[in-house]
Amino acid sequence: MNEKAKNALLYLDGVTVSFDGFRALNELSLVIEPGEMRAIIGPNGAGKTTMMDVVTGKTKPDKGEIFFDGEIDLTRLDEAAIASLGIGRKFQKPTVFENQTVWDNLELALSGPRGPFSALFEVPSAEAAARIEEIFGIIRLGDRRHELAGSLSHGQKQWLEIGMLLAQEPKLLLVDEPAAGMTDAETESTAELLREISKTKSVIVVEHDMTFVRALDVKVTVLHEGSVLSEGTLDHVSDDPRVVEVYLGR
Amino acid sequence: MIGHSLTRGLDRTALLVIFLLLAVAVLVPLFNLYLPPSSPLHVPSYVVALIGKYLTYALLALSVGLIWGYCGILSLGHGAFFALGGYAMGMYLMRQIGTRGVYGNPVLPDFMVFLNWQELPVAWWGFQYFPYAMLMIVLVPGLLAFVFGWFAFRSRVTGVYLSIITQAMTYALLLAFFRNNFGFGGNNGLTDFKDILGFNIQAPETRAALFAASAVALALGYLICRSIVYSRFGKVLVAIRDAESRTRFLGYRVENYKLVVWTLSACMAGVAGALYVPQVGIINPGEFEPANSIETVVWVAVGGRGTLVGPIIGAVLVNFAKTWFTTGALAPYWLFMLGGLFIAVTLFLPKGIVGTLAGLLRRERRASPSEAEAPTPNSEPPPSGGPVVNPSAAE
Repeated sequence: MNEKAKNALLYLDGVTVSFDGFRALNELSLVIEPGEMRAIIGPNGAGKTTMMDVVTGKTKPDKGEIFFDGEIDLTRLDEAAIASLGIGRKFQKPTVFENQTVWDNLELALSGPRGPFSALFEVPSAEAAARIEEIFGIIRLGDRRHELAGSLSHGQKQWLEIGMLLAQEPKLLLVDEPAAGMTDAETESTAELLREISKTKSVIVVEHDMTFVRALDVKVTVLHEGSVLSEGTLDHVSDDPRVVEVYLGR
Repeated sequence: MIGHSLTRGLDRTALLVIFLLLAVAVLVPLFNLYLPPSSPLHVPSYVVALIGKYLTYALLALSVGLIWGYCGILSLGHGAFFALGGYAMGMYLMRQIGTRGVYGNPVLPDFMVFLNWQELPVAWWGFQYFPYAMLMIVLVPGLLAFVFGWFAFRSRVTGVYLSIITQAMTYALLLAFFRNNFGFGGNNGLTDFKDILGFNIQAPETRAALFAASAVALALGYLICRSIVYSRFGKVLVAIRDAESRTRFLGYRVENYKLVVWTLSACMAGVAGALYVPQVGIINPGEFEPANSIETVVWVAVGGRGTLVGPIIGAVLVNFAKTWFTTGALAPYWLFMLGGLFIAVTLFLPKGIVGTLAGLLRRERRASPSEAEAPTPNSEPPPSGGPVVNPSAAE
């Protein structure tokens, strides 16, 4: 392992994943520094979601290295272990527990012991309640706490899911298209929320919406056919003729 | 800690259910034993045995309702755990017969003498002791469930595939228990029981005690299920039911949660089977019949999936109907009725009797003028475990 991997929070090197001969990821290499927020863009099928799948343990890479926090080899761990290390994931389609209340959703996500027996004999603590309140302060759903998560609007579900991510207290957040289906005002405040979160945590945002990426104002990585096409500021990648050809030009 | 865990789910509904079950446990035996047959409140002995049987079915249904309704595990083989618990009890009862058997062998049950066996098989050792048999009633189904679940849940077998292998499990056991040299009485099973803990198993007093034990076991099972469902464990179960992979990404080892609740459910089914056998007086491989397990699922569906009272009510109602119809002129049509009932419930009452009633009640309450105005966050009661807070802090 090299120096670069040791200092990085997330380090991918030469990661390849194929499904039935189709290379979803092709020698992908990517380094996320601690405290960094990174936007990942790319046309459909560029490998954005597969990249998240390999980092979170849903898909095992055929080849390549993935290290978290310098030395933890993520390719050996399953989803639950990776989540417990401090990697949280928000799905493209908001996935909350619809039949449970907003409060319960956050309580389930709250970091803490995850074993069945501790969950069985756990006594609700004031500390946990205080942390949930704190998250309500950030995601602004405090007045919906007793309602079923399924009754929230699309945008509110996105926010609840971000709140659940925060409750996990991850070191790294993987956020898949947080602004999808949101109104302009919601998109604006989501960008603001992510900027706020990135002050204390590393964030990877996958997004299609260019206005949103511009609002984030962070380093951008462009994926194409499973590998990195270009990297830099949004203006830099927008000027890159290869990027213009495969993505922005269309 | 455990005390808190047990009392957690005790709201008004739960207390009412437990009170009713305990009342049944006390009153039915009293009315049977101490009221003269001429009294209108007298409960005849055959009714005691019948309701006692329903109560053990209800406990079985509760165990299925816990895993199906709250964790989405549809077991089509839970009858196997019920039967194993029943066999463990049957083995104890067989060993109590002693020299009163047809062949008068003090150690070997009749069927072994008949098969010319000289020694008691190892599997039968210790079953003359009641505490050992009690342990096995829980341990044998629990162990089978643990091993089965360990492999199934680790390999992430879910949905209909899991249901099919549970069905295969009970069918395999059915075939094994049918064989004479398997050592559990072959197709005749175990029967001709004489006494339990020294009391004559046919005596009205013993029957009344078994009845009371069944009602108390059901109340206890309900209390345990209730405390599970109302813990964070229960919330994780529902999360697994509704969005399994999301739960994994929150850091929960889904297979461990499933394994715990699955094993516990099998133990409950085993206890139900153990209470069933002395009341009906026989256990044979027919109890492993896949159709039995499917019938249990029908009880749960009729009563209400995703509730705990539902499976109890479903089991009692459907079995009451079964008794009613199979003793009259309609007997040949019972299976058609059962099938029709399942289709009707799936189509018209997808939440079952209890789920539908609860839904109606909720709508009624919402529509009533006194509570018609939308409750503000301030006036709402805190959630279980949640503190009352000023909602403006969340703005």
